[in-house]
Amino acid sequence: MAAIDTSYDRRSFLKTTALAGGGIKLGFNWLTSCQPTAEEILAMPKEWFNFNAYLKIGENGVVTIFSPNPEFGQNLMTSMPMIVAEELDVDWKNVLVEQAPHDPVRFPPGAFGQFTGGSRGIMTKWEPLRNAGAAAKHMLKEAAAQAWQVPAAEITTEGGVLKHEKSGKSAGYGEMAAAAAKIPVPEQPVLKGVKDFKLIGKSQKNVEGQKIVTGKPMFGVDYKVDGMLIAMVEHPPAFGLKLKSVDDSAARAMPGIKDVFSIKTYNDGFEKSMFDANAFPELVAIVGNSTWEVMQAKKALKIEWESITAYSETVTGFGGKQSVNVPAGLENSDDHHAKMAALAAKPGKVVRRNGDPEAAFKKAAKVIERSYSCPHLAHNCMEPMNFFADVKGDKVKVAGPLQAPGIIEPTLAARMGIPLENIEIEMTRMGGGFGRRAYSHYMVEAALISQKVNAPVKLIYTREDDMTNGIYRPAYHAVYRAALDENNNLIGFHVKAGGIPESPLYADRFPAGAIDNYLAEDWKIESNITIGAFRAPRSNFIAGAEQSFLDELAEAMGKDPIEFRLELLKRARENPVGEQNDYDAARYAGVLELVREKSGWGKTEPAAGVSRGVAAYFCHASYAAHVLDLTIENGKPVVQKITSAIDCGIVVNPDAAANMTEGAVTDGIGNALYGEMTFKGGVAEKTNFDKYRMIRMSEAPKAIEVHFVQNEIAPTGMGEPPFPPIFGALANALYKATGKRVYRQPFLGEQPVAG
Amino acid sequence: MATFNLNINGKKQQVDVDPATPMLWVLRDHLNLVGTKYGCGIAQCGACTIHLGDVAMRSCQLTVSQVGNQPVTTIEGLSETGDHPVQKAWLEHDVAQCGYCQAGQIMNAAAFLKANPNASDEEIEAAMNGNICRCGTYTRIKAAIKTAAG
Repeated sequence: MAAIDTSYDRRSFLKTTALAGGGIKLGFNWLTSCQPTAEEILAMPKEWFNFNAYLKIGENGVVTIFSPNPEFGQNLMTSMPMIVAEELDVDWKNVLVEQAPHDPVRFPPGAFGQFTGGSRGIMTKWEPLRNAGAAAKHMLKEAAAQAWQVPAAEITTEGGVLKHEKSGKSAGYGEMAAAAAKIPVPEQPVLKGVKDFKLIGKSQKNVEGQKIVTGKPMFGVDYKVDGMLIAMVEHPPAFGLKLKSVDDSAARAMPGIKDVFSIKTYNDGFEKSMFDANAFPELVAIVGNSTWEVMQAKKALKIEWESITAYSETVTGFGGKQSVNVPAGLENSDDHHAKMAALAAKPGKVVRRNGDPEAAFKKAAKVIERSYSCPHLAHNCMEPMNFFADVKGDKVKVAGPLQAPGIIEPTLAARMGIPLENIEIEMTRMGGGFGRRAYSHYMVEAALISQKVNAPVKLIYTREDDMTNGIYRPAYHAVYRAALDENNNLIGFHVKAGGIPESPLYADRFPAGAIDNYLAEDWKIESNITIGAFRAPRSNFIAGAEQSFLDELAEAMGKDPIEFRLELLKRARENPVGEQNDYDAARYAGVLELVREKSGWGKTEPAAGVSRGVAAYFCHASYAAHVLDLTIENGKPVVQKITSAIDCGIVVNPDAAANMTEGAVTDGIGNALYGEMTFKGGVAEKTNFDKYRMIRMSEAPKAIEVHFVQNEIAPTGMGEPPFPPIFGALANALYKATGKRVYRQPFLGEQPVAG
Repeated sequence: MATFNLNINGKKQQVDVDPATPMLWVLRDHLNLVGTKYGCGIAQCGACTIHLGDVAMRSCQLTVSQVGNQPVTTIEGLSETGDHPVQKAWLEHDVAQCGYCQAGQIMNAAAFLKANPNASDEEIEAAMNGNICRCGTYTRIKAAIKTAAG
């Protein structure tokens, strides 16, 4: 554990930082001071001493901490260095933060490497980051002990200063840095007790805040080098089509155009990973001097497309290799929904069974059955997909926005026929990710284009390209059934869920474990429309469905919705059904209790005209509960207030975590009410923000209050967990407001909710 | 191609481009002012907001030939040291998540506040509805605008 993170070869590190220095030459300044204002710029050291992969200390005491994972808005670039600084005992004001380049030697791919996604950032880097800070602190203490000829155990540290009380000696970290860097790296440095944390748990501002508000170049789309050309690609206009032929004569004749050609993203027979999802592996690339010129010429391309034939491919995923069938044909969303409803009526594949659910339903006095569904969703990151590439012979330099550099690098290496070491990936700040940028086919495309034109190239997708060449959130469908006896006791529970092309079901999640007779089934429908992770994949639908159903069930049983959930969780905690339950019932109950207390649920009546809904969910190892208050104004729901309770273990940077929660609930309300990508004849019908409705300021919640459960559990997920349950809280509040349950997302589309 | 003499952030700039080129791409590709962002290209998201005189404009729909000698201000020129009241309020509320839309949000808010220093919540919402934040930082944006208004 510690050995991986602290025994890192410092010589190769120097080499890497020299390479990364190229960024500064290109007009980028990745260094970011933790000082919030421009007046307080830190004096740069004359010399740096490298301690480990995560940090170096200057002779003047300034510390640079490298943030290992790429950033797309979770504020990892602040929170990760905070963890190092905590264990190092350095004053946050003396810390510079730098985005580390992708480097699998420096940051071993074990703990998900430099992957930002799946809410795993802080969760998987918690120990490595603490060890990095603690190891450097140990080395500084040892150096001071040798210099002062005193026992290291008697030396204390605070705010970047080493002190030996008995002798009265003290020194700044900078003074000891040269000697300390030569001390052997401890294998198992001593970590602080949680109670001794001084920085963790205290909100710190975004270290890139100043750059953001002044418009500094920091995103992939901002990347520029001398002689760089601009490229765009044209993909088939419909899923189920592929390139047949190109007439580029008109486009080539247009001003500023350098070249037009087709590219193939994979070699024949390449075995894909699940992150190589890509319906359009052959594209027409167009390259020119400026974005506007290339955009115009792109419209002048005359391309013939033809139908794909059905195929099967082997894809490596988290669960090993699996065979995937991709059908031919041009798909329609209306057909999707009809097919899903038809399959939902047939028996599915049983994925969990407890007790005798069939018997329970047979003897039930009352059976409640409800169906829920949702459409495909597009990620719509504000920064469209893009990447910079400069291919020189067998060396490739790429830079841009991506969530999973370690996963796409082998794809690029295989396509170019070069070893991994010949690829340098610079990770830029991302203008949103939400899962989309874990699928970085656009990086390979940029490299192929650069190789062909023999020049540095920046590939940019237009918004229309971005929206119609998506890796969409799948369409899903779920049927919930509950068996009640004559006394309204819940005696059986059945969920059957599926989607296009995957099921959203997590069979071992609540309320599994809380009900004696339980049955879970799933099914799936093959499709040629590419799908992938979208902020809490699967959970972002099934949570809303399940939490709406539990609300309806509580009502039918005459119970308070929170009390009903707590009763089920009590059962799951005290006498769980089955052994595979993947949630901690006590932590789950904890967020419900906290949100009940903070929202005044059941105690203070909401104001006249205000309707409340509640929902909770567990995913990505964390627990979230929301109470949502809304009013109906002019036939439209107005979310007046959201009270959230989150248990994500230790909260590193509370205000940033609150910001994440605020964003998650706003994002969820937008997607629940309006979010929808439809397909007709294989064509993604919504092509830009005039057709794809996004939540806007007037529709955002008027107030959001976020509360965190205080505990000493190592941090768990934060980016995703608050997102799924908001769909349920909104659905339940809408019911209270209108008397009508909503079962199909988007709940509104363009329709008013009432009247 | 034609030559245009522009006044950008108080500086004279000359560009030689197709007259139909939107200011968004003149700024980004020809003048290296990349704080102005491309989001949709059809004036639906507000990421490319700049000031033409004192008025907030979507630079993706404003061609270089329409600018004439009117002064253009971009996020880079909103203040010399990043201390415009709106920028300061954004930092105070630590508004940004990914940050991509924020330059456009700030430019839109700054122009709005100059014309409407005492705006109500509803007026702020109406003025800001053309600016999408995919991360959902709207509650903080609104709070920051109110702080900047003083």
